[in-house]
Amino acid sequence: MSTNHTSADHTNNTRREKLRISDLHAFYGESHILHGIDLSIGQGELVTLLGRNGAGRSTTLKAIMNMVGRRSGSIVINGTETINMAAHKIAHLGMGFCPEERGIFSSLNVEENLMLPPAVRSDGVSVDEIYEMFPNLYERRFSQGTRLSGGEQQMLALARILRTGANILLLDEITEGLAPVIVQKLAEVLMQLKARGLTILLVEQNFRFAAPIADRHYVMEHGHIVEEVHAHELIEKTELLNTYLGV
Amino acid sequence: MAEFLGINLFGLFGQLLVGLINGSFYALLSLGLAIIFGLLKIINFAQGAIYMLGAFLAYLALQYLGISYWAALIVVPLVVGLLGILMERFLIRPIANEDHLYSLLLTFGVALVLQGLFTHLFGSSGMSYPIPEAFSGGIKLPFMYLPNYRAWIVVASLVVCVGTWWMIEKTKLGAYLRAGTENPALMQAFGINVPLMVTLTFGFGVALAGFAGVMAAPVYSVSPDMGSNLLIVVFAIVVIGGMGSIGGAIITGLGMGIVEGLTKYFYPEASNTVIFLVMVIVLLIKPAGLFGKEA
Repeated sequence: MSTNHTSADHTNNTRREKLRISDLHAFYGESHILHGIDLSIGQGELVTLLGRNGAGRSTTLKAIMNMVGRRSGSIVINGTETINMAAHKIAHLGMGFCPEERGIFSSLNVEENLMLPPAVRSDGVSVDEIYEMFPNLYERRFSQGTRLSGGEQQMLALARILRTGANILLLDEITEGLAPVIVQKLAEVLMQLKARGLTILLVEQNFRFAAPIADRHYVMEHGHIVEEVHAHELIEKTELLNTYLGV
Repeated sequence: MAEFLGINLFGLFGQLLVGLINGSFYALLSLGLAIIFGLLKIINFAQGAIYMLGAFLAYLALQYLGISYWAALIVVPLVVGLLGILMERFLIRPIANEDHLYSLLLTFGVALVLQGLFTHLFGSSGMSYPIPEAFSGGIKLPFMYLPNYRAWIVVASLVVCVGTWWMIEKTKLGAYLRAGTENPALMQAFGINVPLMVTLTFGFGVALAGFAGVMAAPVYSVSPDMGSNLLIVVFAIVVIGGMGSIGGAIITGLGMGIVEGLTKYFYPEASNTVIFLVMVIVLLIKPAGLFGKEA
Protein backbone atom coordinates (compact mmCIF):
# COMPACT_ATOMS: atom_id res chain seq x y z
CA MET A 1 0.00 0.00 0.00
CA SER A 2 2.91 2.33 0.45
CA THR A 3 4.97 1.49 -2.61
CA ASN A 4 4.02 4.62 -4.54
CA HIS A 5 5.35 7.03 -2.00
CA THR A 6 8.37 5.41 -0.46
CA SER A 7 10.97 6.52 -2.95
CA ALA A 8 11.54 9.80 -1.15
CA ASP A 9 11.73 8.35 2.34
CA HIS A 10 15.31 7.24 2.24
CA THR A 11 16.56 10.73 1.54
CA ASN A 12 14.93 12.20 4.65
CA ASN A 13 18.16 12.70 6.48
CA THR A 14 19.68 14.82 3.77
CA ARG A 15 16.65 17.13 3.54
CA ARG A 16 16.72 20.57 5.06
CA GLU A 17 15.18 20.41 8.51
CA LYS A 18 12.11 22.67 8.78
CA LEU A 19 10.99 21.80 12.28
CA ARG A 20 12.87 20.24 15.17
CA ILE A 21 11.29 19.70 18.55
CA SER A 22 13.39 18.54 21.49
CA ASP A 23 12.23 17.64 24.99
CA LEU A 24 8.99 19.60 24.63
CA HIS A 25 6.83 19.77 27.74
CA ALA A 26 3.45 21.52 27.73
CA PHE A 27 1.08 22.42 30.53
CA TYR A 28 -2.50 23.63 30.82
CA GLY A 29 -2.68 25.18 34.25
CA GLU A 30 -1.59 22.40 36.62
CA SER A 31 -1.99 19.58 34.12
CA HIS A 32 1.18 18.34 32.48
CA ILE A 33 0.11 17.27 28.97
CA LEU A 34 3.30 16.72 26.95
CA HIS A 35 6.18 14.86 28.60
CA GLY A 36 9.27 15.51 26.52
CA ILE A 37 8.41 15.26 22.84
CA ASP A 38 11.21 14.88 20.27
CA LEU A 39 10.50 15.03 16.58
CA SER A 40 11.93 16.42 13.40
CA ILE A 41 10.50 17.12 9.97
CA GLY A 42 12.42 17.85 6.77
CA GLN A 43 11.35 20.07 3.92
CA GLY A 44 8.63 18.59 1.74
CA GLU A 45 7.84 15.79 4.18
CA LEU A 46 4.34 14.84 5.18
CA VAL A 47 4.42 13.45 8.69
CA THR A 48 1.48 12.35 10.82
CA LEU A 49 0.88 12.25 14.54
CA LEU A 50 -1.19 9.16 15.27
CA GLY A 51 -2.68 8.12 18.56
CA ARG A 52 -5.85 7.85 20.54
CA ASN A 53 -7.91 10.82 21.69
CA GLY A 54 -6.16 12.59 24.54
CA ALA A 55 -2.71 11.28 23.61
CA GLY A 56 -1.45 14.86 23.21
CA ARG A 57 -1.45 15.19 19.41
CA SER A 58 -3.49 18.40 19.19
CA THR A 59 -1.60 19.79 22.16
CA THR A 60 1.66 19.20 20.28
CA LEU A 61 0.41 21.37 17.40
CA LYS A 62 -0.86 24.03 19.78
CA ALA A 63 2.39 23.98 21.73
CA ILE A 64 4.28 24.62 18.48
CA MET A 65 2.06 27.68 17.93
CA ASN A 66 2.47 28.77 21.59
CA MET A 67 -1.23 28.36 22.24
CA VAL A 68 -0.89 26.33 25.43
CA GLY A 69 -0.61 27.64 28.96
CA ARG A 70 3.10 26.98 29.42
CA ARG A 71 5.77 25.10 27.49
CA SER A 72 9.43 24.23 27.89
CA GLY A 73 12.12 22.51 25.83
CA SER A 74 13.08 23.56 22.35
CA ILE A 75 11.15 24.19 19.13
CA VAL A 76 13.32 25.22 16.20
CA ILE A 77 11.42 26.42 13.13
CA ASN A 78 13.46 27.06 10.00
CA GLY A 79 16.56 27.35 12.15
CA THR A 80 15.01 29.81 14.64
CA GLU A 81 14.48 28.87 18.28
CA THR A 82 10.88 29.81 19.18
CA ILE A 83 10.33 28.52 22.70
CA ASN A 84 10.31 32.06 24.10
CA MET A 85 8.74 33.71 21.07
CA ALA A 86 5.41 35.62 21.31
CA ALA A 87 2.52 33.67 19.78
CA HIS A 88 1.81 36.21 17.06
CA LYS A 89 5.39 36.08 15.76
CA ILE A 90 5.46 32.35 15.10
CA ALA A 91 3.20 32.45 12.02
CA HIS A 92 5.65 34.84 10.38
CA LEU A 93 8.28 32.08 10.28
CA GLY A 94 6.10 30.46 7.61
CA MET A 95 3.75 28.48 9.83
CA GLY A 96 0.13 27.79 8.92
CA PHE A 97 -2.16 26.32 11.58
CA CYS A 98 -5.50 24.70 10.88
CA PRO A 99 -7.27 23.97 14.20
CA GLU A 100 -9.40 20.92 14.86
CA GLU A 101 -12.58 22.99 15.20
CA ARG A 102 -11.62 24.66 11.88
CA GLY A 103 -11.95 28.15 13.35
CA ILE A 104 -14.13 29.66 10.63
CA PHE A 105 -15.31 33.08 11.83
CA SER A 106 -19.09 33.46 11.83
CA SER A 107 -18.94 37.25 11.74
CA LEU A 108 -16.96 37.15 8.48
CA ASN A 109 -18.11 35.99 5.06
CA VAL A 110 -16.22 33.32 3.10
CA GLU A 111 -14.03 35.76 1.24
CA GLU A 112 -13.24 37.77 4.40
CA ASN A 113 -12.30 34.52 6.13
CA LEU A 114 -10.06 33.63 3.22
CA MET A 115 -8.36 37.02 3.15
CA LEU A 116 -8.07 37.36 6.94
CA PRO A 117 -4.68 35.89 7.92
CA PRO A 118 -1.87 38.22 6.91
CA ALA A 119 0.64 36.92 4.38
CA VAL A 120 3.66 35.42 6.12
CA ARG A 121 5.69 34.77 2.97
CA SER A 122 5.47 36.23 -0.50
CA ASP A 123 4.78 33.14 -2.60
CA GLY A 124 1.38 32.08 -1.27
CA VAL A 125 -1.25 30.38 -3.38
CA SER A 126 -3.16 33.12 -5.24
CA VAL A 127 -6.85 33.66 -4.65
CA ASP A 128 -7.61 32.65 -8.26
CA GLU A 129 -5.73 29.41 -7.77
CA ILE A 130 -7.57 28.74 -4.52
CA TYR A 131 -10.94 29.27 -6.17
CA GLU A 132 -9.80 26.93 -8.96
CA MET A 133 -8.80 24.33 -6.38
CA PHE A 134 -12.07 24.76 -4.41
CA PRO A 135 -14.81 25.98 -6.81
CA ASN A 136 -17.43 25.75 -4.05
CA LEU A 137 -15.70 28.50 -2.11
CA TYR A 138 -15.91 30.82 -5.13
CA GLU A 139 -19.63 30.17 -5.57
CA ARG A 140 -20.30 30.86 -1.92
CA ARG A 141 -17.75 33.62 -1.37
CA PHE A 142 -20.33 36.09 -0.02
CA SER A 143 -21.99 33.60 2.35
CA GLN A 144 -21.44 33.78 6.08
CA GLY A 145 -18.42 31.60 6.86
CA THR A 146 -20.20 29.22 9.21
CA ARG A 147 -23.11 28.68 6.79
CA LEU A 148 -20.86 26.46 4.68
CA SER A 149 -21.06 22.68 4.91
CA GLY A 150 -18.48 20.93 7.10
CA GLY A 151 -16.44 19.96 4.04
CA GLU A 152 -16.52 23.46 2.61
CA GLN A 153 -15.51 24.92 5.97
CA GLN A 154 -12.57 22.54 6.09
CA MET A 155 -11.50 23.58 2.61
CA LEU A 156 -11.81 27.22 3.62
CA ALA A 157 -9.72 26.63 6.75
CA LEU A 158 -7.04 25.00 4.62
CA ALA A 159 -7.26 27.52 1.76
CA ARG A 160 -6.92 30.41 4.19
CA ILE A 161 -3.47 29.32 5.37
CA LEU A 162 -2.32 28.41 1.85
CA ARG A 163 -2.99 31.99 0.73
CA THR A 164 -0.61 33.32 3.42
CA GLY A 165 2.32 31.53 1.83
CA ALA A 166 2.92 29.40 4.92
CA ASN A 167 5.22 26.53 3.94
CA ILE A 168 4.98 24.50 7.12
CA LEU A 169 1.41 23.40 7.72
CA LEU A 170 0.06 22.06 11.01
CA LEU A 171 -3.25 20.36 10.24
CA ASP A 172 -5.42 19.04 13.05
CA GLU A 173 -7.94 16.30 12.18
CA ILE A 174 -8.90 17.78 8.84
CA THR A 175 -10.94 14.74 7.74
CA GLU A 176 -13.00 14.46 10.91
CA GLY A 177 -16.70 14.00 10.21
CA LEU A 178 -16.40 14.50 6.45
CA ALA A 179 -17.90 12.44 3.63
CA PRO A 180 -15.52 10.00 1.84
CA VAL A 181 -15.63 11.97 -1.40
CA ILE A 182 -14.41 15.10 0.43
CA VAL A 183 -11.76 13.14 2.30
CA GLN A 184 -10.54 11.95 -1.10
CA LYS A 185 -10.44 15.54 -2.35
CA LEU A 186 -8.40 16.58 0.70
CA ALA A 187 -5.93 13.74 0.06
CA GLU A 188 -5.46 15.03 -3.49
CA VAL A 189 -4.93 18.57 -2.23
CA LEU A 190 -2.33 17.41 0.30
CA MET A 191 -0.47 15.52 -2.44
CA GLN A 192 -0.46 18.69 -4.57
CA LEU A 193 0.92 20.70 -1.66
CA LYS A 194 3.59 18.12 -1.01
CA ALA A 195 4.55 18.28 -4.67
CA ARG A 196 4.98 22.03 -4.27
CA GLY A 197 7.51 21.35 -1.53
CA LEU A 198 5.35 22.25 1.47
CA THR A 199 6.10 20.60 4.78
CA ILE A 200 3.08 19.12 6.56
CA LEU A 201 2.52 17.85 10.08
CA LEU A 202 -0.85 16.14 10.19
CA VAL A 203 -2.79 15.04 13.25
CA GLU A 204 -5.06 12.31 11.99
CA GLN A 205 -7.51 9.81 13.35
CA ASN A 206 -8.31 8.35 9.94
CA PHE A 207 -5.36 6.05 9.36
CA ARG A 208 -6.61 4.93 5.95
CA PHE A 209 -6.49 8.57 4.83
CA ALA A 210 -3.04 9.17 6.27
CA ALA A 211 -1.23 5.94 5.35
CA PRO A 212 -1.00 6.33 1.57
CA ILE A 213 0.07 9.99 1.59
CA ALA A 214 2.45 10.23 4.57
CA ASP A 215 6.20 9.72 4.57
CA ARG A 216 6.45 8.98 8.25
CA HIS A 217 4.23 8.51 11.28
CA TYR A 218 4.83 9.31 14.93
CA VAL A 219 2.66 7.41 17.37
CA MET A 220 1.76 9.24 20.58
CA GLU A 221 0.50 7.91 23.88
CA HIS A 222 0.03 9.73 27.20
CA GLY A 223 2.00 12.77 26.05
CA HIS A 224 4.99 10.76 24.79
CA ILE A 225 6.09 9.72 21.31
CA VAL A 226 6.22 5.94 21.57
CA GLU A 227 6.97 4.89 18.01
CA GLU A 228 8.25 6.25 14.73
CA VAL A 229 7.13 4.37 11.63
CA HIS A 230 8.39 5.03 8.10
CA ALA A 231 5.99 4.53 5.22
CA HIS A 232 7.94 1.49 3.97
CA GLU A 233 7.66 -0.19 7.39
CA LEU A 234 3.88 0.08 7.53
CA ILE A 235 3.16 -3.49 6.54
CA GLU A 236 5.56 -5.10 8.99
CA LYS A 237 4.40 -2.79 11.81
CA THR A 238 0.66 -3.04 11.17
CA GLU A 239 0.12 -5.23 14.22
CA LEU A 240 1.98 -2.82 16.47
CA LEU A 241 0.06 0.19 15.13
CA ASN A 242 -3.23 -1.58 15.66
CA THR A 243 -2.32 -2.14 19.28
CA TYR A 244 -1.45 1.51 19.81
CA LEU A 245 -4.39 2.93 17.93
CA GLY A 246 -6.90 0.40 19.13
CA VAL A 247 -8.36 -0.15 15.66
CA MET B 1 -50.29 75.30 11.22
CA ALA B 2 -48.83 74.55 14.60
CA GLU B 3 -51.75 72.31 15.50
CA PHE B 4 -52.48 68.99 13.82
CA LEU B 5 -55.13 66.59 15.17
CA GLY B 6 -54.88 68.40 18.46
CA ILE B 7 -51.13 67.93 18.69
CA ASN B 8 -48.96 70.93 19.30
CA LEU B 9 -46.37 70.46 16.56
CA PHE B 10 -43.94 72.97 18.09
CA GLY B 11 -43.93 71.06 21.33
CA LEU B 12 -43.73 67.66 19.65
CA PHE B 13 -40.86 68.52 17.32
CA GLY B 14 -39.07 70.34 20.11
CA GLN B 15 -39.14 67.19 22.24
CA LEU B 16 -38.22 65.03 19.26
CA LEU B 17 -35.14 67.20 18.74
CA VAL B 18 -34.15 66.93 22.39
CA GLY B 19 -34.65 63.19 22.10
CA LEU B 20 -32.53 63.01 18.99
CA ILE B 21 -29.72 64.93 20.69
CA ASN B 22 -29.82 62.75 23.80
CA GLY B 23 -29.97 59.78 21.45
CA SER B 24 -26.80 60.96 19.70
CA PHE B 25 -24.93 60.85 23.00
CA TYR B 26 -26.48 57.50 23.91
CA ALA B 27 -25.35 56.15 20.55
CA LEU B 28 -21.77 57.42 20.88
CA LEU B 29 -21.40 56.07 24.42
CA SER B 30 -23.04 52.71 23.82
CA LEU B 31 -21.01 52.28 20.64
CA GLY B 32 -17.80 52.70 22.64
CA LEU B 33 -19.06 50.24 25.25
CA ALA B 34 -20.02 47.70 22.55
CA ILE B 35 -16.60 47.87 20.87
CA ILE B 36 -14.77 47.42 24.16
CA PHE B 37 -17.07 44.64 25.31
CA GLY B 38 -16.65 42.81 22.00
CA LEU B 39 -12.90 42.40 22.23
CA LEU B 40 -12.15 42.63 25.97
CA LYS B 41 -15.38 41.07 27.27
CA ILE B 42 -15.48 43.66 30.02
CA ILE B 43 -18.10 46.27 30.68
CA ASN B 44 -16.30 49.58 30.98
CA PHE B 45 -17.95 51.31 33.90
CA ALA B 46 -15.54 54.21 33.45
CA GLN B 47 -17.12 55.17 30.12
CA GLY B 48 -19.35 57.80 31.75
CA ALA B 49 -16.50 59.29 33.79
CA ILE B 50 -14.40 59.44 30.63
CA TYR B 51 -17.20 61.29 28.86
CA MET B 52 -17.14 63.75 31.77
CA LEU B 53 -13.34 63.94 31.49
CA GLY B 54 -13.70 64.79 27.79
CA ALA B 55 -16.07 67.66 28.59
CA PHE B 56 -13.79 68.94 31.37
CA LEU B 57 -10.67 68.74 29.21
CA ALA B 58 -12.44 70.80 26.54
CA TYR B 59 -13.47 73.32 29.19
CA LEU B 60 -10.01 73.53 30.77
CA ALA B 61 -8.29 73.71 27.38
CA LEU B 62 -10.44 76.68 26.46
CA GLN B 63 -10.07 78.41 29.84
CA TYR B 64 -6.35 77.99 30.39
CA LEU B 65 -4.79 77.26 27.02
CA GLY B 66 -7.15 79.07 24.70
CA ILE B 67 -7.68 75.89 22.68
CA SER B 68 -10.79 76.37 20.55
CA TYR B 69 -13.76 74.02 20.33
CA TRP B 70 -12.62 72.77 16.93
CA ALA B 71 -9.13 71.93 18.11
CA ALA B 72 -10.58 70.32 21.24
CA LEU B 73 -12.81 68.12 19.08
CA ILE B 74 -9.63 66.53 17.68
CA VAL B 75 -7.15 66.87 20.56
CA VAL B 76 -9.36 65.80 23.47
CA PRO B 77 -10.34 62.41 22.00
CA LEU B 78 -6.65 61.80 21.24
CA VAL B 79 -5.61 62.64 24.81
CA VAL B 80 -8.46 60.61 26.27
CA GLY B 81 -7.66 57.72 23.92
CA LEU B 82 -4.05 57.81 25.08
CA LEU B 83 -5.18 57.70 28.72
CA GLY B 84 -7.36 54.73 27.77
CA ILE B 85 -4.36 52.99 26.23
CA LEU B 86 -2.37 53.51 29.44
CA MET B 87 -5.32 52.32 31.52
CA GLU B 88 -5.66 49.11 29.48
CA ARG B 89 -1.94 48.44 29.42
CA PHE B 90 -1.17 49.06 33.10
CA LEU B 91 -4.46 48.49 34.96
CA ILE B 92 -6.64 46.09 32.98
CA ARG B 93 -4.07 43.84 31.31
CA PRO B 94 -2.46 42.61 34.54
CA ILE B 95 -5.85 41.19 35.61
CA ALA B 96 -7.09 40.29 32.11
CA ASN B 97 -6.81 36.56 32.81
CA GLU B 98 -8.80 36.74 36.03
CA ASP B 99 -12.59 36.64 36.17
CA HIS B 100 -14.01 39.56 34.15
CA LEU B 101 -15.77 40.70 37.31
CA TYR B 102 -12.41 42.04 38.53
CA SER B 103 -11.89 44.26 35.50
CA LEU B 104 -15.48 45.45 35.79
CA LEU B 105 -14.88 46.46 39.40
CA LEU B 106 -11.60 48.07 38.37
CA THR B 107 -13.28 50.27 35.77
CA PHE B 108 -15.95 51.13 38.32
CA GLY B 109 -13.16 52.20 40.70
CA VAL B 110 -11.54 54.33 38.00
CA ALA B 111 -14.91 56.02 37.42
CA LEU B 112 -15.28 56.83 41.13
CA VAL B 113 -11.71 58.16 41.37
CA LEU B 114 -12.15 60.41 38.33
CA GLN B 115 -15.50 61.70 39.50
CA GLY B 116 -14.20 62.28 43.03
CA LEU B 117 -11.13 64.06 41.73
CA PHE B 118 -13.13 66.49 39.61
CA THR B 119 -15.65 67.11 42.39
CA HIS B 120 -12.75 67.92 44.69
CA LEU B 121 -11.11 70.27 42.19
CA PHE B 122 -14.12 72.01 40.67
CA GLY B 123 -17.08 71.38 42.98
CA SER B 124 -20.29 69.89 41.72
CA SER B 125 -22.07 73.02 40.52
CA GLY B 126 -21.06 72.74 36.88
CA MET B 127 -19.36 75.02 34.38
CA SER B 128 -20.69 76.40 31.16
CA TYR B 129 -18.93 76.15 27.82
CA PRO B 130 -19.82 78.69 25.12
CA ILE B 131 -21.41 77.47 21.93
CA PRO B 132 -18.82 77.83 19.15
CA GLU B 133 -19.41 80.98 17.11
CA ALA B 134 -19.87 79.15 13.82
CA PHE B 135 -22.97 77.52 15.32
CA SER B 136 -24.57 80.45 17.12
CA GLY B 137 -28.13 81.15 16.09
CA GLY B 138 -30.43 78.72 14.38
CA ILE B 139 -32.79 78.04 11.54
CA LYS B 140 -36.49 78.79 11.70
CA LEU B 141 -38.31 75.83 10.21
CA PRO B 142 -42.09 75.93 9.58
CA PHE B 143 -42.83 73.82 12.64
CA MET B 144 -39.88 74.51 14.94
CA TYR B 145 -36.78 76.53 15.71
CA LEU B 146 -33.61 74.50 15.13
CA PRO B 147 -30.51 75.80 16.93
CA ASN B 148 -27.50 75.29 14.67
CA TYR B 149 -25.33 73.65 17.32
CA ARG B 150 -28.00 71.06 18.06
CA ALA B 151 -28.25 70.20 14.40
CA TRP B 152 -24.46 69.86 14.35
CA ILE B 153 -24.54 67.41 17.29
CA VAL B 154 -26.92 65.11 15.46
CA VAL B 155 -25.02 65.28 12.16
CA ALA B 156 -21.54 64.91 13.70
CA SER B 157 -22.55 61.97 15.91
CA LEU B 158 -24.20 60.24 13.00
CA VAL B 159 -21.09 60.70 10.87
CA VAL B 160 -18.83 59.34 13.63
CA CYS B 161 -21.18 56.42 14.38
CA VAL B 162 -21.68 55.44 10.76
CA GLY B 163 -17.97 55.88 10.06
CA THR B 164 -17.11 53.59 12.98
CA TRP B 165 -19.70 51.05 11.88
CA TRP B 166 -18.31 51.11 8.34
CA MET B 167 -14.75 50.68 9.58
CA ILE B 168 -15.70 47.68 11.70
CA GLU B 169 -18.09 45.94 9.30
CA LYS B 170 -16.54 46.72 5.91
CA THR B 171 -12.76 47.04 6.18
CA LYS B 172 -9.86 44.65 6.67
CA LEU B 173 -9.04 46.29 10.00
CA GLY B 174 -12.62 45.69 11.08
CA ALA B 175 -12.39 42.06 9.98
CA TYR B 176 -9.41 41.65 12.32
CA LEU B 177 -11.47 43.17 15.10
CA ARG B 178 -14.51 40.96 14.45
CA ALA B 179 -12.36 37.84 14.16
CA GLY B 180 -10.38 38.80 17.28
CA THR B 181 -13.68 39.16 19.13
CA GLU B 182 -14.60 35.59 18.18
CA ASN B 183 -11.32 33.72 18.56
CA PRO B 184 -8.32 35.72 19.78
CA ALA B 185 -6.09 32.65 20.18
CA LEU B 186 -6.46 31.69 16.52
CA MET B 187 -5.80 35.28 15.44
CA GLN B 188 -2.51 35.10 17.34
CA ALA B 189 -1.69 31.88 15.52
CA PHE B 190 -2.33 33.70 12.24
CA GLY B 191 0.35 36.20 13.20
CA ILE B 192 -1.78 39.06 14.51
CA ASN B 193 -0.61 40.94 17.59
CA VAL B 194 -3.84 40.57 19.56
CA PRO B 195 -2.66 42.26 22.80
CA LEU B 196 -1.76 45.37 20.79
CA MET B 197 -5.13 45.23 19.03
CA VAL B 198 -6.89 45.00 22.40
CA THR B 199 -5.02 48.04 23.72
CA LEU B 200 -5.76 50.14 20.65
CA THR B 201 -9.41 49.06 20.63
CA PHE B 202 -9.82 50.07 24.24
CA GLY B 203 -8.19 53.40 23.44
CA PHE B 204 -10.57 53.92 20.52
CA GLY B 205 -13.70 52.98 22.48
CA VAL B 206 -12.69 55.36 25.25
CA ALA B 207 -11.84 58.11 22.74
CA LEU B 208 -15.43 57.92 21.47
CA ALA B 209 -16.60 58.83 24.97
CA GLY B 210 -14.09 61.68 25.06
CA PHE B 211 -15.45 62.93 21.73
CA ALA B 212 -19.00 62.75 23.09
CA GLY B 213 -17.84 64.76 26.10
CA VAL B 214 -16.51 67.60 23.93
CA MET B 215 -19.72 67.59 21.88
CA ALA B 216 -21.75 67.75 25.08
CA ALA B 217 -19.83 70.59 26.77
CA PRO B 218 -21.73 73.45 25.04
CA VAL B 219 -25.21 71.97 25.61
CA TYR B 220 -25.05 70.31 28.99
CA SER B 221 -23.51 71.79 32.09
CA VAL B 222 -19.92 70.53 32.51
CA SER B 223 -20.04 68.88 35.93
CA PRO B 224 -18.37 65.88 37.60
CA ASP B 225 -21.57 63.83 37.74
CA MET B 226 -22.67 64.42 34.13
CA GLY B 227 -21.28 61.02 33.14
CA SER B 228 -22.66 58.90 35.94
CA ASN B 229 -26.19 60.20 35.31
CA LEU B 230 -25.94 59.37 31.64
CA LEU B 231 -24.22 56.01 32.05
CA ILE B 232 -27.14 54.34 33.83
CA VAL B 233 -29.37 55.09 30.86
CA VAL B 234 -26.64 54.00 28.45
CA PHE B 235 -26.35 50.64 30.21
CA ALA B 236 -30.08 50.14 29.82
CA ILE B 237 -29.69 50.95 26.12
CA VAL B 238 -26.83 48.49 25.74
CA VAL B 239 -29.00 45.81 27.31
CA ILE B 240 -31.89 46.67 24.97
CA GLY B 241 -29.67 46.65 21.89
CA GLY B 242 -27.80 43.49 22.83
CA MET B 243 -24.21 43.33 24.06
CA GLY B 244 -21.53 43.51 21.42
CA SER B 245 -23.64 44.48 18.40
CA ILE B 246 -22.11 47.56 16.76
CA GLY B 247 -25.05 48.51 14.54
CA GLY B 248 -27.43 47.60 17.35
CA ALA B 249 -25.73 50.02 19.76
CA ILE B 250 -26.09 52.91 17.31
CA ILE B 251 -29.69 52.25 16.28
CA THR B 252 -30.86 51.57 19.82
CA GLY B 253 -29.08 54.67 21.13
CA LEU B 254 -30.79 56.99 18.67
CA GLY B 255 -34.09 55.12 18.87
CA MET B 256 -34.27 55.26 22.65
CA GLY B 257 -33.48 58.98 22.57
CA ILE B 258 -36.48 59.47 20.30
CA VAL B 259 -38.70 57.23 22.44
CA GLU B 260 -37.70 59.29 25.45
CA GLY B 261 -38.47 62.54 23.58
CA LEU B 262 -41.89 61.31 22.47
CA THR B 263 -42.71 60.23 26.01
CA LYS B 264 -41.73 63.67 27.27
CA TYR B 265 -44.38 65.13 24.99
CA PHE B 266 -47.20 62.65 25.41
CA TYR B 267 -46.74 61.56 29.03
CA PRO B 268 -43.92 63.56 30.66
CA GLU B 269 -44.28 61.75 34.01
CA ALA B 270 -42.89 58.56 32.44
CA SER B 271 -40.01 60.13 30.51
CA ASN B 272 -37.38 59.18 33.09
CA THR B 273 -38.53 55.59 33.30
CA VAL B 274 -39.59 54.75 29.77
CA ILE B 275 -36.17 53.40 28.72
CA PHE B 276 -36.08 51.07 31.72
CA LEU B 277 -39.60 49.97 30.94
CA VAL B 278 -38.52 49.13 27.38
CA MET B 279 -35.54 47.28 28.84
CA VAL B 280 -37.76 45.11 31.01
CA ILE B 281 -40.06 44.30 28.08
CA VAL B 282 -37.15 43.49 25.76
CA LEU B 283 -35.53 41.28 28.41
CA LEU B 284 -38.77 39.37 28.86
CA ILE B 285 -39.27 38.79 25.13
CA LYS B 286 -35.72 38.64 23.78
CA PRO B 287 -33.20 38.19 26.60
CA ALA B 288 -30.18 38.64 24.30
CA GLY B 289 -31.41 42.10 23.28
CA LEU B 290 -32.88 43.36 20.03
CA PHE B 291 -29.68 42.89 18.01
CA GLY B 292 -27.77 40.45 20.22
CA LYS B 293 -27.07 36.84 19.32
CA GLU B 294 -28.71 34.18 21.46
CA ALA B 295 -26.06 32.41 23.48
